[in-house]
Formats: sequence, C-alpha cells, structure tokens
Amino acid sequence: MGSGLPATLSALEAGRSGLRHQTFAGGVDTWTGTIDGLDTVKLPAGLADFDCRNNRMAAVALQQDGFTDAVAAARQKYGAHRIGLFLGTSTSGIEQTELAYEQRDASGRLPPDFHYAETHNSFSVGRFAARLLDITGPAVVVSAACATTAKAFGNAARMIEAGIIDAAIVGGADTLCSTTIYGFHSLGLVSSNPCHPFDAARDGISIGEGAGFALVEKLPAQRPADAILLRGFGESSDAYHMSSPHPEGIGARMAMERALQSAKLSPADIDYINVHGTATLVGDAAEDRAVVEVFGRQTPCSSTKGYTGHTLGAAGIVETIISALAIQHNFIPGSVHTGKIDPALQSNFLTQGNSAPVNRVMSNSFGFGGSNCSLILERAC
Amino acid sequence: MRVYVEGIGIKGVGFENWASTAAILTGQSDYAPSPVTITPTPLLPANERRRMVQTVKLSIQVGTEAFENAKRNPQDTATIFTSSGGDGETIHGILEALASTERDVSPTRFHNSVHNAPSGYWSIATKTHEPTTSLCIHDASFTGGLLEAAAQATVDDRAVGLISYDLPYPEPLHSVRPIGSTFAVSLILTPSPSEASFACLTISLEPPTPPTTMTDPRWEAIRVGNPSARSLPLLEALAKGAETTVSLENVAGNSVKIAVSRNVA
Repeated sequence: MGSGLPATLSALEAGRSGLRHQTFAGGVDTWTGTIDGLDTVKLPAGLADFDCRNNRMAAVALQQDGFTDAVAAARQKYGAHRIGLFLGTSTSGIEQTELAYEQRDASGRLPPDFHYAETHNSFSVGRFAARLLDITGPAVVVSAACATTAKAFGNAARMIEAGIIDAAIVGGADTLCSTTIYGFHSLGLVSSNPCHPFDAARDGISIGEGAGFALVEKLPAQRPADAILLRGFGESSDAYHMSSPHPEGIGARMAMERALQSAKLSPADIDYINVHGTATLVGDAAEDRAVVEVFGRQTPCSSTKGYTGHTLGAAGIVETIISALAIQHNFIPGSVHTGKIDPALQSNFLTQGNSAPVNRVMSNSFGFGGSNCSLILERAC
Repeated sequence: MRVYVEGIGIKGVGFENWASTAAILTGQSDYAPSPVTITPTPLLPANERRRMVQTVKLSIQVGTEAFENAKRNPQDTATIFTSSGGDGETIHGILEALASTERDVSPTRFHNSVHNAPSGYWSIATKTHEPTTSLCIHDASFTGGLLEAAAQATVDDRAVGLISYDLPYPEPLHSVRPIGSTFAVSLILTPSPSEASFACLTISLEPPTPPTTMTDPRWEAIRVGNPSARSLPLLEALAKGAETTVSLENVAGNSVKIAVSRNVA
C-alpha cells in the first residue's frame, strides 16, 4: 500500500490491495503483503548491530509523516525520561537467526557477525526505537501474538494514568520470515489466493508485513484539530485453545464489551468496526457472532486484511492507524478481494468503501493463545 | 505506585518453593544447589499436557504456587507474563527445520513458539477470561514486568499476577544468549492490603543507579545469569521482612526503586 498516511489512505479509497502472488521453496503457494525496498534500507550510524528486516521497516515507518519531529517536540515538552515506549512484535528479527542457522559452521556454531540481542530478541525493536528516538523512559515490547500492538495502547494508557510518564510511543513492526510463512502453512491457515475475509469461499490468511507508530499524550486542555482520542480499550482471554479461536467468540465478545465499558459508550455510539477478519473459516465466523451479539446487525464493519495481509503482531497498530484515517477523512474502507459475503454471517459487512460520518471506531485484534483486544478511537473535536 | 504482596512462587537452582527459599534467604536453612524440577500442571487435560513445553510448565508451576500462597482465585485475576526469550527447544527445532531442505515445521511447535504460549496455556488451565499479556524487555524483563504489574494493579484497581521465567537455550543459541540456569518467580500484587498481604512495595522510576546485588556469591551468580533472577534482591528483602530499599536495573536510562515495608495496614 506504500509508506506513510497519504499512500495508505489513497490505497484504501481506491480499493488498491498491496497483496502479491509469491511462492516459497517447498511448495508454499500464496499471496503476501511484502514491503518493497527494505533490502536497501540503511540504519542510522551507530545502530548497525540492529540491522535486520524488522528494524529496517521500523526505521522506515518512524521516518514517515513527520513522526520523529513530533517525538522531538514531545521530548522538548516533557523530557526524554517522561516518555515511555510500548511496542510490539511477534517474530522480531528472527529472520536473522533463520539465515544464521543456514550459515552454521562445521561444529554447528552461528556466524560471528550474528547479533542476538539486537535482532532476534523480542525487545530488539524496543531498544532500537528508544535509541533512534532518544527516549529514556520505561520501555517494553509486548508479544501477545496478533493482539500485540493493540494491547500496547493499554500498557501506555495505564502508565500515563499511573503518572510514571506524560507521553508514550506505541506501535511496532512485524516482517515476513520463514517461521511464520511455514508455521501458518503447517496449520493449514494460509490461502493460495489473496485473502478474502467474510467471503463464502474464504480459505485462509495472506501474511503481510507492516509497521506503524503513534504518539500518545495525556489529554491536553487545547485539543489539536486532527488529534484522535483513545477513548477505551478492552482485553480478554479465550481460555480455549492455543491456535484456534473460541468458536462462539466468547473472548472476542468480552474484549468488545470491556472496551465499550471502559469508554462509557453504548454499541450505538460506534460508527464503524474494523474487524480482525483474517479470512479463516472459524475466526471470521466467531468474530461475526460476537459482533452481532454486542452490536446487532447494523453497525458497518469491514476487514482491511485484503489490503495489507495479516500483519500479525503489527495488525493492531496498522489497523488503529487505518481507523484513525477513517475518522479524519469520514471514510469507511471496504474489504477488497471479498466477493460474495458468506450468507451464514450476519454483521453489516461492507465490501465497498464509502464516505460516511465517522466519529468513533472500534478496532479488533485477536490472536493465538486466545489473546484479544478491542480499542475505541474517537474524533477529538 | 504502591502495591501489596499476597503470595510468591519460585523455582530456581536450590530454590524449590517460596517457603523453603524464604528459609534459605533468611539463613534458617542451608542452601544446596539442587537442580530445578519442572512438572506439568494437573489443571490441563492430558492431550494439552502432552504438548506443554518447558517455559509453559515452569511458568504455570510458579504461578500456581503464588496463587495458592495468596489464597486467590486465578480465574478472576489479570496476569502479566514476562520473559527475555521464548521456548529455546521449540525455537531451535523450528530453526533447524527451516534450515533443512524439507522446511517442515511442526504445527504444535509453531503454536508453542509464540511468546505468549505460557499465558495462553495459563488461561486454558485456570479457565480465566481476564486480561493477560506477555512482555519481553531482554535483561530487564522482570523489572519492566514488575513496573507494568504495579501500574495495572493501581490504575485498574485489581489484583495482578506477575509471572517471570527464563530458561537456558540449547546450542547454538546458548553461545549467543547465555542464560546461566533456570529461574522463575511469581508475585501476586494488589492495590490495597488484604488478609493475605505481608509486604508493601512502593515502586518508582529513578535515574540509573547501581542495582542491589546478593552478598552470597552463589546467589549473585544466579542473579546475573538469568533475567528473571534479577528479582532475587527483592525476594531476599521480602523473605527477611526488612524495611529496605532495592534498586533493579531497567532499560537504558532508568532504574526501578522499590521501598519494601512490612506495613500492610
């Protein structure tokens, strides 16, 4: 879809998917949301040890839309130690270790130029971003499967409310790697077509890569005109299965209900739901059931996975940003690639994007381990 | 932030459970470095139990002990899992498979490779729908997890179970990420005192200060060798019931200061 907010918005408005056909050794025939140009990205001086696809993409994302300038202004305002970092990833820079395993020497040792802490370790992107942005407050990386970067907003909100910090960077990155391509393939969850969420013929996910970052601050007295409020969030656990969602969508329903409760809103207050909608048979059916139980059949819903692919640990931040764009531009994105909606699904699922007043959006992110999170965003003024 | 400690669970070399560990740390019992015994939870059905990997077994084991000691029901309690890495055997197995020509990744291995596998199994075992998360802060995984747990307990006004665990990796990962020995700890924290509370922690973020160390060199070796064992100075203070201050190393740029008090009124 491209880098930055304007490119993202224009792809959503034009119904332009970023998915492309790709085959992998061993007969994995699928479509992916691969980001071009990452191979030639150079990390800033002094951060060479962090070089891996995941941190390259994080660096590219941080350089979009004047983000580093906004962080610099926040640093000036609050002090570097009063800004926290709450990032997420599912596989971090494990691709470096995949490559290093192929380069093991005769005695099985990894190559000497392999940097575990700076690439493979889940905290890699946290340490990298803290250095790049010159932030010295508390920093964590959340790794709770595909709900990761939605849940990170909760961590940031709590730490701000506890008075430990005044502002937070929330976001993260997840890049394509063999671990996820072959891992999801082994579970029979990868489609050989571009993923088509909520479609009668849906047959699995398209894996994508993505990164995004948001600057979260305490509510200022003067609200900037284009600011977005994090109005509420809800987290829950399925308590059902490690790699399969609860078929009745119990955890999904609880996350949505808790988000509404924390926002002190009723279902009718939500103008659009950006569903998790990964295009698996069971996942979409469970989420649809939960949405209908909480909202009824009227609230417009769509899945943007057909544009981006399932960006796994980055899905939360990518779709939070898409939800913010929906509010800022009064635009409900459609579900590209979805043809005939499954008649068994009852939510108001939109295949075509349309202009409509959008003041509040719910964004759903659900993942392995029954890890669920729903966020509610609102127009600030 | 002020939180109260209701229960502790622990596993480490020579640290079999909290009661025996407290006796060792206060000098009432001798320390013997016996290996860590990891047993699968009886709370999961046999088919799930069979698929449990070491990180899952260990974290559920210490979590269960802490909740039992706190006499608190895990079903109603939010949890924070924190670890500097995933399950070593699982990740090594996947990486070996990916480096082979077949590239056959086992589906069970793949779902066990996610960082939140322990928290996922925990929710299945305890039948809890409450929020749970999984964090990684490299060497500061315990410290950052404690900070998060205190924030969640005080802001959401609810009990929080913190479970921190780290196991050594197999080679060749061990050489690039040496973790000395297996260690896991769990603390049940509440925003206000309860009948089970036995200590009060006042937690704050401070400019970087040298971390509190262990005077016994055997325990100091465990502390520096495992990110979860960075909790040992705090555990020693809790065992002794002393009014003291503990400093824990956090991410670059700050430290976490904990004022430990027996005042739970």
